[in-house]
Amino acid sequence: MSLTGWGRVPIADGREIRSEELEVVTRAVPLTRGLGRAYGDAALPAAPDTVVAGSRLADRILGFDETTGLLRAEAGFSLDHLYRVLLRRGWFTPVTPGTRFVTLGGMVAADVHGKNHHRDGCIGEHVEAITLRVADGQILRCSRDSEPELFRATIGGMGLTGHILEVSLRLVRVRSPWILQQTERVPDIDAFVDRLKEAAAVWPMTVGWIDSVARGGALGRGVLLCGRWAEPSEATDAFPELRPMIDLSIDLPGGMLSTSLVRLMNAAYYHRFPAHKTQRLVSPESFLYPLDAIGSWNRGYGRRGFIQYQCVLPEAGARGSVRQFMTLVARHQRASFLSVIKDCGPEGTGMLSFPMPGISIALDIPYDGVTQALVDEMNRLVIEHGGRIYLAKDALTRADDFRAMEPRLDTFLAVRRFWDPDGKIRSAQSTRLFGW
Amino acid sequence: MVIARRVAILGATKGMGRALARACAARNEQLCLLGRDLAELEKSVHDLQVRGATTAAFAYCDLADPGSFAGALEAAVARLGGLDVVVVTAAAFATQAQLDADPARIRALLTVDFTNTILFCEVARRTLLSAGSANPTLCVFSSVAGERGRKPVIFYGAAKAGLTRYLEAIDHTFHADGLRVVCVKPGFVRTSMTEGLPAPPFAGEPDAVAARVLTALDRGTPVVYVPSIWALVMAVIRLLPRAVMRRIDF
Repeated sequence: MSLTGWGRVPIADGREIRSEELEVVTRAVPLTRGLGRAYGDAALPAAPDTVVAGSRLADRILGFDETTGLLRAEAGFSLDHLYRVLLRRGWFTPVTPGTRFVTLGGMVAADVHGKNHHRDGCIGEHVEAITLRVADGQILRCSRDSEPELFRATIGGMGLTGHILEVSLRLVRVRSPWILQQTERVPDIDAFVDRLKEAAAVWPMTVGWIDSVARGGALGRGVLLCGRWAEPSEATDAFPELRPMIDLSIDLPGGMLSTSLVRLMNAAYYHRFPAHKTQRLVSPESFLYPLDAIGSWNRGYGRRGFIQYQCVLPEAGARGSVRQFMTLVARHQRASFLSVIKDCGPEGTGMLSFPMPGISIALDIPYDGVTQALVDEMNRLVIEHGGRIYLAKDALTRADDFRAMEPRLDTFLAVRRFWDPDGKIRSAQSTRLFGW
Repeated sequence: MVIARRVAILGATKGMGRALARACAARNEQLCLLGRDLAELEKSVHDLQVRGATTAAFAYCDLADPGSFAGALEAAVARLGGLDVVVVTAAAFATQAQLDADPARIRALLTVDFTNTILFCEVARRTLLSAGSANPTLCVFSSVAGERGRKPVIFYGAAKAGLTRYLEAIDHTFHADGLRVVCVKPGFVRTSMTEGLPAPPFAGEPDAVAARVLTALDRGTPVVYVPSIWALVMAVIRLLPRAVMRRIDF
């Protein structure tokens, strides 16, 4: 039996035990896994461990207060269910990543961010309390008032402080279940950095898709998408029902997403949008979760899998560092269809939380013999500019490089050590990056 | 005004029972969950309330203890002000290897899945026929495991085969009185019960099963395979000669 993250590389020997009774299956395992959407090795067991708990069946809503929006649910409750059950009633998660197939536990562990990071921060800002099984077996509830250090270490702590069993999250009211979207083409990377900043002052949600194989004058060209929840007067009466998913249940041959095809797809995507600003009403599915329309899209990269690389480069000097980064990426011609660029707001509650004020870039890279060298090269650039990488995506960063990016690491590891002196809670990623 | 359908489910905290209860809740039906772990029942009640159930209540019932059946169903009638549907998804399951290692479990499995399930149905059909429902419906999850004697499910299959015949017989006997009997035959469905078993082709998901069972409840379909492809799969397996069944480990 084997387990992988969403990128399907690396592959770990092991299996996941799923049960409605998460409290039972987490008693003797080193890690809990949600819906398996972390790309690299964050939710894989570290040899010689082989078994991890799976939270996806522990998916009950334990309470919802319609006056305050406070939701308490088991860790395996997913945004897919939240969309189906609560959006209909005018409530939504304050922060969502780019897929709805994530659990609350996974969202807290990665301290996910979304298109509204510049305004609303990470999910951790909206979490009221976490029920956690720590390494010695006891179950405790932590919050900003109770065990605040443990609370801050658990947000963005990649599940390494204990097994997340329940989450209390403050939802937001939306005026309609539709999104008003504005799109515009952006001609190159410098303009992108500027346009993101300008748009952030006006729009609660922004994100850019960039063509990471375009070079020269078109380096980093792309499409800027801005959005906000529509007012009832702008929306239609119908509920935006989720469309049935098309399942890609076979591996495409590895070469399918070759550079020339990617170049073509990126160009087609770019030219699909009008050059000038265009507004229209779209479903949250189309705006927030475009890739969810194809189940198992990760199989598009073939049997060897792919990695996703995501870094953030600090605000100061971002124009230069982002251009340098995109030049590096374009030179290698390895990145795939639709890379993502997004400006980040202030650092949040989570001790190891990824975002910092600056520009974040995420790219898919098919995995092969040269991927490690490319990641090393990108990491060197990130370190040089004082940025960092996102653990929920990472598969290949070296321990020394991570340490060089992360002055907060020792504080986090001290909290982890306090609650888990024997190092029982661990993952393939923690072993790779922290040694335990 | 139409009264929301009143449904009691034995086994609603997990797997297909949980999915079916949620499908009922999404239609604003009234639910009473029956089970033995009161803390678990209470959590599921919260879940179903938020998911839209007009009423969500629970009552103690243990399939291992026939003495608990009458009280549980009376409680359901009292909480819901009547009863239209009783669903049984609960059952005991163990792999053949587990049963070989501990023969006491064989007795327990046969008792729960055959004798006690039937005793529960006997109380349920009497309750349903006297609860004043327009469409009293008894829905029981049997299994495709009862269709053919198979190596990995000797005892489970035998119990489910007996249960299927019982359901067929009460359909014949009480149809004229208005009782609708729905026998659900799941194929392989990915739940915590089948966790760790290798999934065969055509494995189903609980939510898809729930949607199909809900339709069967509305129509009073006597036998329903879920996912529906398993009707075809079992048609083939029923035709396999004994010599073949002896050789394969299916």
